[in-house]
Amino acid sequence: MSQRHLPLWEVFVRSRRGLDHKHIGSLHAADAEQALLAARDTYTRRQEGVSIWVVKSSDIHASQFEDEGAFFDPAEDKVYRHPTFYDVPEDLKL
Amino acid sequence: MATPAPHDEQARFDAVIAADEKIEPRDWMPEKYRRNLVRQISQHAHSEVVGQLPEGNWITRAPSLRRKAILLAKVQDEAGHGLYLYSAAETLGTSREEMLDDLLEGRAKYASIFNYPTLSWADVGAIGWLVDGAAIVNQISLCRTSYGPYARAMVRICKEESFHQRQGYEIMQTLAQGSPEQQAMAQDALDRWWWPTLMMFGPHDADSAHTQQSMQWKIKRQSNDELRQKFVDQTVEQAARIGLTIPDPELRWNEARGHYDFGEIDWDEFQRVLGGNGPCNRSRMRDRRRAHEDGAWVREAMLAHAEKHNRRAAGAAA
Repeated sequence: MSQRHLPLWEVFVRSRRGLDHKHIGSLHAADAEQALLAARDTYTRRQEGVSIWVVKSSDIHASQFEDEGAFFDPAEDKVYRHPTFYDVPEDLKL
Repeated sequence: MATPAPHDEQARFDAVIAADEKIEPRDWMPEKYRRNLVRQISQHAHSEVVGQLPEGNWITRAPSLRRKAILLAKVQDEAGHGLYLYSAAETLGTSREEMLDDLLEGRAKYASIFNYPTLSWADVGAIGWLVDGAAIVNQISLCRTSYGPYARAMVRICKEESFHQRQGYEIMQTLAQGSPEQQAMAQDALDRWWWPTLMMFGPHDADSAHTQQSMQWKIKRQSNDELRQKFVDQTVEQAARIGLTIPDPELRWNEARGHYDFGEIDWDEFQRVLGGNGPCNRSRMRDRRRAHEDGAWVREAMLAHAEKHNRRAAGAAA
């Protein structure tokens, strides 16, 4: 017997104008329109948002947790990307 | 859902602006607001991209490995800032290709400052200290711009930019404490970059084509002259601290205004460089075009590689 599952969607909510949409959770729904309605009812019952994005989870590609070390390693030894690295008078507004 | 009548949309847009809130990509907005933003954000993006050229000129000749690594990181940041800004402009319905074509075919502007040459290593210091310093003054103000994606890009850029100015000042400080020749090099760089940096803020408010409308829409939050004054006020002490002299005999503290007075910009020079006849306009565009053309095979190879993998995945699934 074949079982059909509702696809998984990732939900992003903008809490107020001017801020980014932030990932808030996920849900199952048959299509984008249903996902939006379900996201509204699941994640914004207390006016947590002014805008919602839903994206099929299968459309999201993520870096691998086990590769974390090697993947982010190039940034590790570049302290000069931070302003505190520089030797300038602290009382000057720079 | 019924589409609201245009005057309702205009009223809602006006209310958002009046309340100091942000307009977001899918909101209705006046066509002129959209066009004005596309022009400003894409010009800003082009400036980041072309801005890599004068400093890139010194990467191979940086005086130490430390300075070289820093300069590489800074130029890399400028490329990144260009990407943030192109993406922000794309949310307004323009495409990356259109914007790049506008730049490469000479229809779009970029900051005139990058049409000046970097003649000595001290110029790398002067650019970081002065040019990035001026850009930061402008960009801090733009963190409060009314278009959401632009404002968020500015916040990110300002955060990253803070090392750019400090590394530049550190270079100037080091040279200013060095041999007489090094001190002269630092002073010469300041002499050449000071006035073009002041021009970065654009024409006087009274002569600026876009200022009034942009201020009404809160795309710009402070006028050209206000921002220029802010930059002068904060830079005077920085120069004095390392014993460099700002090349303006009219520069003096005005007790009544609570600001520094300063001399008049050479607006003929400003117009000349803006009109395409600065010291490096042609070579900058030539270099940018060449970089774009030289990179074509990489873009093609990336697409071919992805297509090959898609074909293989499709073959495996069948």
